[in-house]
Amino acid sequence: MNPLERYAPLVDDEAAFLEACERSLPSVVRVNTIKTTVERAREALDDEGVAYEPTDWHPGILKLENSSPGTNWPYFHGWLHGQEEVSALPAIALDPQPGERIWDTCAAPGSKTTQIAAMMDDEGVLIGNDNNLGRLSALRHNAERLGVTNLVVSNQDARNFSMKPFGERTPDKSGSFEQFDRVLVDAPCSCEGTCRKNPDVLDEWTMNHVASVAGIQKGILRRAVQVTKPGGTVVYSTCTFAPEENEAVLDFVLEREDCEIVAWDVPDGFETAPGITEWEDDEYDSSVTNARRVYPHQNDTGGFFTAKLEVNA
Amino acid sequence: MRDETAEDENWGQQFDRLPATPDERVVEARPTRTEVVEWWVERFGIDPKMFDGYTFWEKGAGKIWAFNGEVVDPIEVQGLGMRILRTRQRHWKPSTNAVQRFCRDATKNVIELSPGEATAFVAGHDQQLDWWEGDWGYLTAAHELAGEREPLGVGLYLHGELRSTVPKGRQEELVKLD
Ligand SMILES: C[S@@+](CC[C@H](N)C(=O)[O-])C[C@H]1O[C@@H](n2cnc3c(N)ncnc32)[C@H](O)[C@@H]1O
Repeated sequence: MNPLERYAPLVDDEAAFLEACERSLPSVVRVNTIKTTVERAREALDDEGVAYEPTDWHPGILKLENSSPGTNWPYFHGWLHGQEEVSALPAIALDPQPGERIWDTCAAPGSKTTQIAAMMDDEGVLIGNDNNLGRLSALRHNAERLGVTNLVVSNQDARNFSMKPFGERTPDKSGSFEQFDRVLVDAPCSCEGTCRKNPDVLDEWTMNHVASVAGIQKGILRRAVQVTKPGGTVVYSTCTFAPEENEAVLDFVLEREDCEIVAWDVPDGFETAPGITEWEDDEYDSSVTNARRVYPHQNDTGGFFTAKLEVNA
Repeated sequence: MRDETAEDENWGQQFDRLPATPDERVVEARPTRTEVVEWWVERFGIDPKMFDGYTFWEKGAGKIWAFNGEVVDPIEVQGLGMRILRTRQRHWKPSTNAVQRFCRDATKNVIELSPGEATAFVAGHDQQLDWWEGDWGYLTAAHELAGEREPLGVGLYLHGELRSTVPKGRQEELVKLD
């Protein structure tokens, strides 16, 4: 079964949706402001004759006209990082601040982690966690190339993430903490949203996988809410269209943890659709409409889902 | 020549915070925070204020990491900030990533390379550069990019030759420019 057919009824323009999913995506880079400025990065690309076009919603996210990102001087210097355009959204929803304590639960290979570090001005405590050691090594490599120095690399299962290494229940110990200001859950998922880059995801898709990965997503998001301060923020994101992995996960956690789903400011010029409240035989809490769905034909990107949760005081 | 600081793959060991000064030293031979900061100031003439918010850590003998925040000491995690320096050997050796991050405004021991030399350096080639009249030892190699000087990495200068220490994983990032 082609999973895209399953989701086409959710979108405003089925033909445009299916057609966009067939087209390949341009190479996109994010300017790494830990090591340079947007102006200098653009100048370096100009000097090398690398053609690019800034996206109309973010001056530091550039679409390259043909070359792949890894073959030029600004890339070598860690001024640029190859990152799909739409994958810049979760960090924007998270709105990290310098000096805060932030946990990226599923961080590898680190596109969003390094974007968060830059938004923190590389100051504070950013924990980049992943349960896969091989992928964690890619995270470390990316972080070092980009000059990130506020990152703690951690290898735990996010579902039962332990705060022990960080000094849980030893409040007198210097540097200890038990809760985060913000947490990002960029969950493992069915990934049909990345089909423009990797069409194989469509052939590999199964309903069984949807069900099993949804269980993992629920576990990680619950743990994220539990270790966030009252008044703190949790962002949940995926690159799937499956409501079972998106709204259903939010609805499940809303019922069990003290939190709510809040609206967040999508950048001007970026089109999104609201989360859905009904799917097959299920109904979800009405606040899931605050979550944003992104379909490939809306902004000519990959597909995506991003929700912002506030932990109750 | 390999950059051991960057290629080290020892996972999951403990990070111990560097003592501020020799009086606070518990582990013999562990460098102090002051010594580490002074090494960078001394070697590259950078402003020590650059490290004000940083805590310094040792993982394994002599591998020094700089972290721009506070966590408990000791801590068992897979990484903590950036590997910046290899100590407990006669000549302390800075890492490529640290030089790129902290030596943009270095005033000493920076060797400025021409476009051709810069490309060869990043590809890992050793080069005869007899015109250098400065110190021997570990230098910051730099070139001009977008109108300003930008550090490339660490070179070891000995007997008229600049040896590249750019790690393998970073060399590949420029292949198509050759
Ligand atoms: C969508 S990817 C993350 C991409 C990453 N945030 C980025 O922007 O580069 C999901 C990640 O979750 C990790 N993962 C899967 N199950 C996990 C678990 N139980 N705990 C922690 N990480 C997990 C996978 O290894 C994978 O790296």
